[in-house]
Amino acid sequence: MPLSLLKYGLRRDYVPHGDIPPTPDLKKSYDVVIVGGGGHGLAAAYYLSHVHGITDVAILEKGYLAGGNTARNTTTVRSNYMTEQSVAFYKEGVSLFETMSHDLGFNVMFSQRGQLTLAHSDATMRSFRLRAEMGKHMGTRIEVVDAKAVQEICPHVNMDFGGQHEVLGGLWHEDGGTARHDAVAWGYAKRAAEKGVEIHQRTEVQGFRKSGDRVTHVITDRGEIAAGQVLQAVGGLNGQVAELAGFRLPIRSFPLQAMVTQPLKPFLDVLLSSANMHTYLVQSSRGEVVIGGGSDPYQLVSTRSTFDQKEALAAGAVHLVPFLHNVKLLRQWAGITDMTPDYSPIMGESPLRNYWLDCGWGTWGFKATPVAGKRMAETIATGRVPEILKPFALSRFEHFALVNEMGATAASH
Amino acid sequence: MSSRLPQPWGSRIDRGATLAFKFEGRRVAGFEGDTIASALVANGQKVLSRSFKYHRPRGVLSMAGEDANTLVQLGPEPNVRADMRLAADGMVVSAQNVTGSLARDLAAPMDRLGRFLPVGFYYRSFFKPGSRAWLKLWEPIIRKSAGLGKVSFDPPAADYRKTSLHCDLVVVGAGAAGLCAALAAADAGIDVLLVDQNPDLGGALNYARFDIEGKAAADALRDLAARVQSHPKIRLLLAATCNGWYADNYLPVLQGDTLHKVRAAELILATGSQEQPLVFRNNDLPGIMYSSAAQRLMRLYAVRPGERAVVFAGGLDGYRVALDLDDAGIEVAALVEPADEAPDAGYLAAVSGRGIEVIKGARIAEAHGKMAVTAIDLRLASGEIRRIDCDLLVTAAGYTPGYQLALQAGAKLGHEDETGHFTLTNVPPHVHLAGSVAGHFDLADVRRSGATAGRAAARALGADVAQETESAPHPSRHANYRSDASPHPKGRDFIDFDEDLQAKDIWNAVKDGYRELELVKRFSTVGMGPSQGRHSALGTARIVAAATGRSVAQIGITTSRPPFGPEKLGLLAGPAHHPFRLTALHEDLVAAGAKMMPVGAWWRPAYFGARESAAAAIEAEVRAVREGVAVLDVSTLGKIALRGPDAGLFLDRFYTMLHSNQPVGRVRYCLALNEMGSVIDDGVAYRVSEEHFHVSTTTGMAPRIFADMSWWNAQWQMDVDIQNVTGAFAGLNVSGPLARKALAALDGDIDVSPEAFGFLDGRSGTLAGVPVHAMRIGFTGEISYELHVPYSKARALWQALMEAAAPLGIRPYGLEASRILRLEKGHIIIGQDTDAMTTPEELSMGWALSKKKNFHLGRTANRKRGEQPMTRKLCGFQLDGRPGAELGEGALVFKDGRPVGFVSSIAWSPTLAKTIGLAYAHPDDAAPGATIAIRRFDGRNLEAPVVSPHFYDPENERQTL
Repeated sequence: MPLSLLKYGLRRDYVPHGDIPPTPDLKKSYDVVIVGGGGHGLAAAYYLSHVHGITDVAILEKGYLAGGNTARNTTTVRSNYMTEQSVAFYKEGVSLFETMSHDLGFNVMFSQRGQLTLAHSDATMRSFRLRAEMGKHMGTRIEVVDAKAVQEICPHVNMDFGGQHEVLGGLWHEDGGTARHDAVAWGYAKRAAEKGVEIHQRTEVQGFRKSGDRVTHVITDRGEIAAGQVLQAVGGLNGQVAELAGFRLPIRSFPLQAMVTQPLKPFLDVLLSSANMHTYLVQSSRGEVVIGGGSDPYQLVSTRSTFDQKEALAAGAVHLVPFLHNVKLLRQWAGITDMTPDYSPIMGESPLRNYWLDCGWGTWGFKATPVAGKRMAETIATGRVPEILKPFALSRFEHFALVNEMGATAASH
Repeated sequence: MSSRLPQPWGSRIDRGATLAFKFEGRRVAGFEGDTIASALVANGQKVLSRSFKYHRPRGVLSMAGEDANTLVQLGPEPNVRADMRLAADGMVVSAQNVTGSLARDLAAPMDRLGRFLPVGFYYRSFFKPGSRAWLKLWEPIIRKSAGLGKVSFDPPAADYRKTSLHCDLVVVGAGAAGLCAALAAADAGIDVLLVDQNPDLGGALNYARFDIEGKAAADALRDLAARVQSHPKIRLLLAATCNGWYADNYLPVLQGDTLHKVRAAELILATGSQEQPLVFRNNDLPGIMYSSAAQRLMRLYAVRPGERAVVFAGGLDGYRVALDLDDAGIEVAALVEPADEAPDAGYLAAVSGRGIEVIKGARIAEAHGKMAVTAIDLRLASGEIRRIDCDLLVTAAGYTPGYQLALQAGAKLGHEDETGHFTLTNVPPHVHLAGSVAGHFDLADVRRSGATAGRAAARALGADVAQETESAPHPSRHANYRSDASPHPKGRDFIDFDEDLQAKDIWNAVKDGYRELELVKRFSTVGMGPSQGRHSALGTARIVAAATGRSVAQIGITTSRPPFGPEKLGLLAGPAHHPFRLTALHEDLVAAGAKMMPVGAWWRPAYFGARESAAAAIEAEVRAVREGVAVLDVSTLGKIALRGPDAGLFLDRFYTMLHSNQPVGRVRYCLALNEMGSVIDDGVAYRVSEEHFHVSTTTGMAPRIFADMSWWNAQWQMDVDIQNVTGAFAGLNVSGPLARKALAALDGDIDVSPEAFGFLDGRSGTLAGVPVHAMRIGFTGEISYELHVPYSKARALWQALMEAAAPLGIRPYGLEASRILRLEKGHIIIGQDTDAMTTPEELSMGWALSKKKNFHLGRTANRKRGEQPMTRKLCGFQLDGRPGAELGEGALVFKDGRPVGFVSSIAWSPTLAKTIGLAYAHPDDAAPGATIAIRRFDGRNLEAPVVSPHFYDPENERQTL
């Protein structure tokens, strides 16, 4: 038993940790206002306060802390992308996850059990080869494996369905893993708050006051506050918030659904996904099997579940691991994903001079929580966009300098 | 089984039909109609499982599937609710979450260690020492101790079915309210589907007591059930669970291994209510159960829940269950009335009259016992503790409404502070509530509210029923008991039995800063277990309210999400159908020796011949095309017919080339861009007549192109009809220097002479008596005729062609040869030689962008992208010798140490006796004469000379002959 637990147990009274301070009154002004109290906003606040010495920061969250996509995603962490720019960025994200529990003194349960993506067609094998080559070039742990190796890595995979969806091979990404999503947000919140960052839950941003190309004030349902710099990081609502700020983003919102089974004794170690089946499976530390897939086919801003998607995900899961037919589903939910045309995020400058963007995270934002937070904090603190973020500028859409990740994102997130 | 109560107790069991099953290796006898749990309790088995975290013994709590206490492993099936699943002869049942045996659980000391495991403990520990301690050391331990049932890797297959049902009105819940609702609506002429998860009609009428005499329920049930069962407008779905609400009353109903998908115009939710546990120290000991659980055991299964009972009467139902227990001959040692006065003098007199001691102003301080309750301590009004020995504690502490479906439909949850009840408001249109879910508890109220809801639904469906106002509920007589929300200093006062959470855990979560209910849930895991908050939501809300100084209404419950109850993935997945498509020629191809391969949903011939000699077979097929004549089945290509005066103009907008000026009888290449200006498909358009174009697409993109065309046609409102005729036409591509002779050998009215039928011409007529669209196009670079014929005629044409051209040596060829042939000719494959960013210019296909029109899809983007420097270009390269395993598609192309592109196609060319390939390279390197740096899969670099991508016959002399 770890020593820390012994200490708790031997105390007579519970000593509260105060991880998340109660929402304070709003001050009149802040150096930095972060719109959105999800993982990204909290991580940015952590890095602003711990690395850059900027502590006069308010995080405004319209609901409860990290209750949007941070709470709803299926916690895949990986870096097996298609382009050089993406691999460089997400690789830094993975490495930050590796030390996060220690950095925060809060167990985020990063579990690097590896991600195995299956190919059921030649075309998918070709794209895996490309991703593996790019990943190797960038120094990540990734390889294309044949059908035999797939069975060794994950003996439960159904290799053959009358030949139609035969598993031809896979993409084995040893760096891939999962983390406890809430813990990531809480860990950042706790440590940011210790430095004086204010977390305002149930505080909705309703508009901005501007002077020329600068935002001067943020208007909330609890009053108006002056802001030196503003960071927008609002998960599935970026179109709406940008509209409040007076500009448009190349974002379309689609619901993304996922579901979870009852807890079971461990049987699935790796993160298992199939691009062709539009399904992925991961068994959490609690033993639940989390099942997800692609976004809904129609644009919608709603977190309501649909039955059709549940049927499709179940069919995919039972396809991949047939014995799951006997396992029972416990819960189904949905988030809203802000999709960009190239399946890559938008980070950096906005049309306003002191207003920064961290958005367009589609279905893949969780894994970027630490690196986006770190790099956005650097951007805000220095006023300069670091090299690693430059490919993801909003302006890329004006001249189509896109960072295409459609093929590496589809059903793996 | 003499321990069973005599009839009429046990409405569900058939005493004439005995059964036996195994539980933990021990034989358990029961009757048909027993659940696993009722049979176990009847056999004296009070402990059914061990708890999740502390491995405490657990038994029946709700008898209604509202707790994880009764989850068992049934053969290969984990997490079966023993209080819901019918027992069957020969079943093998085992307890879950047990280390060692159920009676002597080796992990039971976990209970003592509980103090070392405060709420959220795993966030504060288990990540040291070293950066991989969680992954390598702690997580494996935690994962093993987490999880409930064991999944079987080899479960027997099940025959899952899906059906669709439609009806005017669905009534969920066949209790008193649901029965009355169904009858009222059916009497008004409405088709009603009545759904209940129980095998019998009547809901609580089967087990609950509604009056002192104990007659009202049975009388009501007899009357209502008879009328419902004989009503021609009512269909019954029993033992069927409405497991969720989806938009527009779309209701999945689970019945055994059948999933009924029901669409209802109107919906009445008569889902009843869920009894709630009383919170006190050791409230989880086996032998402590809800009043309704004791009633269910007795009335439904004739099972004695215990021998000496104490009843906690936090409401009227406590008095009722005391009377029931006394009726059953079970000693009631005391009835504990927490208030100073009884709520109803009649019941008090009835209970006292039976000689039952009523102790007023007292509450339960704690329970004692190791494997089951043996005594309880009461804290009397005086403050003294009084111990009473008992083996059964029945608690009546109040209810929450069966709110799940209503909340999924959009209703709002409120809380009535006066009565301590959750309430449902803002019920959306086409959904009605009836009975106790709407706060009605007196039987007359329940029946009235059911009938009112039934008539309201009938009226909404157009029946001639007078408007009436809904009667308000009278819940004050049925207020929920509210215990002190503060935690017991020594703990073990469980809020969430599934997750082993005590009152202090919720308090401490709030103290740690998790002040919002959702955060409390996420931090403590309250409500996340199999029963999804059914027995923990109210208790949690009360504590969070008390701890944060807010009202219970402000706290509420966490979002209610489907499913309502557990549902098997297999049932959702349905029968294992793997739809696939075969072309019209499938049998002929197989007969000709084809090795078939899947291409999307299609099966297509890879090559013809034995698997061992595949490479030789493929080379022979290539040679046949280059030197003689061979046929490829191209039936899988998308085919779209566009008809109307605007057909050409429509294609002008959709594709990059100009089609409106395309002469009749000509075929023109089609290139489709998306709005980003990227290439998404190609094909050809044959102008059959002035107002008719026959367009082909690639195999994979056929549905998408048709959908896009339909979408744009709706936007543009042009005078054109678009029809997907992919399945209506089969396709044969006859290719090779002898192709013309092969076609000439067929009877028909199409003149195939080069003068009459030149390259890129299209002709419609008959060949071998088969109507055909013939086009002089191909992928191979040889003389090619693509013949599109009606599906039903394809075999006739195939057989005629094979026969007539046999002297020419005609033969079929497959996809593998086709891929080589097209590569030799430098034709791209969309999706392989293109990616989501590919521009026509990168493919050197700028020629396909018509300059004579102002608009086509993707044109704006194409122009903007043209203003930027090109970053890559597709080029041809060649190598001596075969490529080997270390070089293939996906290999990166570098320039100055950075990846600039990749190999998209590579193959050994039997015709040229070289390895040839296409690759994206830096534009500076993409012209013939340059070299590109390719990195092999083994990391070695390779310099490859760049050549024209048209490796074979670059002057196009052969195909135009």
